[in-house]
Amino acid sequence: MDAFFLQILNGLDKGGAYALIALGLTIIFGTLGVVNFAHGALFMMGAFCAVTVKALLGLESVREDPTQMTAWGTPVEIREPYVETWFGDFGTFLLDFSVPVSILVALPIMLFIGIAMERGLIRYFYKRPHAEQILVTFGLAIVLQEIVKSIFGANPIPQPAPDVARGMIDFGVSIGFDAGNVVYPAWRLIYFLFSLAVIGAVFAFLQFTTFGMVVRAGMADRETVGLLGIDIDRRFTIVFGIAAVVAGLAGAMYTPILSPDYHMGMDFLVLSFVVVVVGGMGSLGGAVAAGFLLGVLQSFASMNEVKAILPGIDQIIIYLIAVVILLVRPRGLMGRKGVMEH
Amino acid sequence: MSILSVKNVNKNFGGLKALNDVNLEVQEGTVHAIIGPNGAGKSTLLNCFIGRLIPDTGSVTFNGQSLLGIQPHEINQAGVSRVFQTPEIFEELSLIENVMIPAFATRDGAFTINAWHGVSDEGLLRDKASEMLADVGLAEKRHDIAGQLSRGDKRRLELAMCLVQDPRLLLLDEPTAGMARADTNNTIDLMKRIASRGMTMVVIEHDMHVVFSLAERISVLAQGTVIVEDQPENIKGNLKVQEAYLGGAHL
Amino acid sequence: MKQLFSLERKDVILLVCFTAAVFAGPILMKPLGAGYPDLLQKFAIFGIFALGFNILFGLTGYLSFGHAAFLGVGSYTAVWTFKLLSMNPVPAIIFATVIGGLFSAVIGFISLRRTGIYFSILTLAFAQMSYNLAYSVLTPITNGETGLQLNQADPRVLDIAFGRDYGAVLPSSDLFGIDMTGWPGFYFCATMLIICFFIALRIFRSPFGMMLRAIKSNQNRMMYTGFNTRPYALAAFVISGMYAGLAGGLMAVTDPLAGAERMQWTASGEVVLMTILGGAGTLLGPVIGAGAIKYFENIFSAYNDGILQEAFSFLPEGLQHVFVSVSSLFVGEGWHLTLGALFMLIVIFLPGGLMEGIRRIQVLISNRFGSGGGGADAKSNPAPAE
Repeated sequence: MDAFFLQILNGLDKGGAYALIALGLTIIFGTLGVVNFAHGALFMMGAFCAVTVKALLGLESVREDPTQMTAWGTPVEIREPYVETWFGDFGTFLLDFSVPVSILVALPIMLFIGIAMERGLIRYFYKRPHAEQILVTFGLAIVLQEIVKSIFGANPIPQPAPDVARGMIDFGVSIGFDAGNVVYPAWRLIYFLFSLAVIGAVFAFLQFTTFGMVVRAGMADRETVGLLGIDIDRRFTIVFGIAAVVAGLAGAMYTPILSPDYHMGMDFLVLSFVVVVVGGMGSLGGAVAAGFLLGVLQSFASMNEVKAILPGIDQIIIYLIAVVILLVRPRGLMGRKGVMEH
Repeated sequence: MSILSVKNVNKNFGGLKALNDVNLEVQEGTVHAIIGPNGAGKSTLLNCFIGRLIPDTGSVTFNGQSLLGIQPHEINQAGVSRVFQTPEIFEELSLIENVMIPAFATRDGAFTINAWHGVSDEGLLRDKASEMLADVGLAEKRHDIAGQLSRGDKRRLELAMCLVQDPRLLLLDEPTAGMARADTNNTIDLMKRIASRGMTMVVIEHDMHVVFSLAERISVLAQGTVIVEDQPENIKGNLKVQEAYLGGAHL
Repeated sequence: MKQLFSLERKDVILLVCFTAAVFAGPILMKPLGAGYPDLLQKFAIFGIFALGFNILFGLTGYLSFGHAAFLGVGSYTAVWTFKLLSMNPVPAIIFATVIGGLFSAVIGFISLRRTGIYFSILTLAFAQMSYNLAYSVLTPITNGETGLQLNQADPRVLDIAFGRDYGAVLPSSDLFGIDMTGWPGFYFCATMLIICFFIALRIFRSPFGMMLRAIKSNQNRMMYTGFNTRPYALAAFVISGMYAGLAGGLMAVTDPLAGAERMQWTASGEVVLMTILGGAGTLLGPVIGAGAIKYFENIFSAYNDGILQEAFSFLPEGLQHVFVSVSSLFVGEGWHLTLGALFMLIVIFLPGGLMEGIRRIQVLISNRFGSGGGGADAKSNPAPAE
């Protein structure tokens, strides 16, 4: 039972990442009618926001201390990050919390990137066929990831979680299991809660603001909303920006779990697209539910007990489920009629 | 002899009763019009003939064969062709190709891999398609791309695509909607010519001028039920019909 | 037999020109710095791959993101044929084509139950499954990460039966004694390319090809016109799968090795790009697109800072430095950046691909220089999509 429970937990952080990316994809698709293959690249760029913030915070002053000598007879170099020199303990705190801090930086940057992308490229593709949308955003994704690669190199860059969140939480105790049975890395739990918070915020935004109402109306019936004389264009831009922010934050916070490299976006994109399709193109709830569902199933499939019965199942489980669901429920779990049927 | 027979057809959309116990007999070789105010269920009924919708209860038989639950292409292969309200044509292809394709369907059936000889060898079929295009007045445009045609021309093209199949039953959904008067009259003439060759047609139409110049038999649909079925001259004076329209159309 | 080869005159000319251009490839490509066999083999192989992909995507409009899987299957099949039967390339490519076709029939049968982006995702899912399985559980067949290789101890039943013994050396594929590396390898691939082109030409000009284009144009109308569209699409899918299998087989013929990375979805993306770049739905476009991409990949990825510095040496030092560092982003390791940018530029400005560009230039020229007659002619015949 606890092993079962642990697997559910294991899947939730990954599921959270899938859900956040899929949510953005669905919003973009539902309102703008654009299939965005560059969405994984946004996730990756969010992750590299965290890398950049860490690197900037880590800039050090180098000072020689003549009173101490190394074994080679040169003065000992004392390195001290500028932030610590300037802010003292607060600086140390900033360094330690570079990943959460990077959220504050990633937010405006991703908003800007999203808006620039929509204004500069995507808006010209609203009326073009889906195949062309896929292809142009696919090209953009390659360009973005190659730029990141040329700046940051091809190797994964590990990002530590803050010290307090680096340990394990004996999660089982608090819900009635024996101590030591359900032990779980704290950051993963934080990531899961974080993804819930972001998802909640997005839903609240769509549910309770006038802007969100228009967006939802646009998802239900784009043409009619356009006819109402509402300035759809400006809203589309903002919607795209929001989706970019959601993907970016998902990426930034994910860095302690998976060291970011330039192609992480593509890896997640393929899976997230499968998630969107499984959830049902155009259904926000479907995207979120399918994200968590597939994350958890993936973690079950990687249990040794399961692999013993079905070797290799962990490699293909997501795709297999996508195939089965698409064949049994053509519009995905919660898809609506008339979306992407032609 | 009745070629299309609709018996006790019901169709509900959620709580809405779109078709309520509809009965209809279409005689072979006649032009049968279905008229009625907006929302009377005319298009729903037509969609039940071609497999787009399946009625909740009742039967639709064509030439003794049930049309329910079989694929659209099987219905066409049985001899039913349809002209849509918004023309469904192959926008990217030339007019002649647009008409040749249905001709292939009639000659070769629903699926044949015909990959090893050229379209250019199909002289007979091409001639037939050209003839059809000439018939609807599009002969000189036959190498144009269909997407560039005007709306009226697209309708005529679609008509040619159906006629080339020599269907036993031709369904027309508002064939003159959105046409200018002159165009409408041309279309009426064309359809009269087709009718005179003995083709069976079911026409849904708003324009009473069109209905009364073509139809030999009229069914009036209101709120999902056939309220009257009779010859045109009897329909004109019918009180029930006028009531259904509430003066909305000048009969 | 007369039927078999009956072509219209302009198609005969096209085929003859194509054949001549392909066989003259070594001479034609020499001034471009591409006159060596390894690269030209790639041109031919990817030309076949793109030609087949185009029969599906260009004609029926179904965008498959999983065609690399069939390429990979073709490669594995060919290498296994070498191992078990014979080093002769003929059985290898026959089996590669057949198995590629069978595999695509299964995947196509399921994927084609859906259209649009759902179809794309289904094919992608199947290809990723194949890729992941090839790396993990199927290691006994695929030899996992190392890739499937020949072995001295392979049975090679037919070779043994005909008394061919390769002794202690690791054999390479040979056609009755002609080694399939280098120029003979190229001419073998080139012959295959021409045969494939001829078949594609027949399909394009046939009623079957017309039906496929009609499916792309308006699937709904096709159904109400009396066509069962799914078998048509499946036939196109299987044909393109066989082309991909053959291409994979030829890859193994020229270099008897098969690895799972050939099946990855980026490889599927590459063939999409080749087709789009050349012009989806045109006959020559995909071959040209495949050649162009492989050519630029080869040229660009070979560049390094040293060459760039030389190229910009005419500039003042400061400027030279700027130019070198900017352009070095796009070459060598950064070749993919160029590829991505190219991808975007083509889709944005020239969705019809290079063939569309050529057509536009033709129209421009005939409008400018041609007397009234030529221009009017070009207008009254808006090239029926070929």
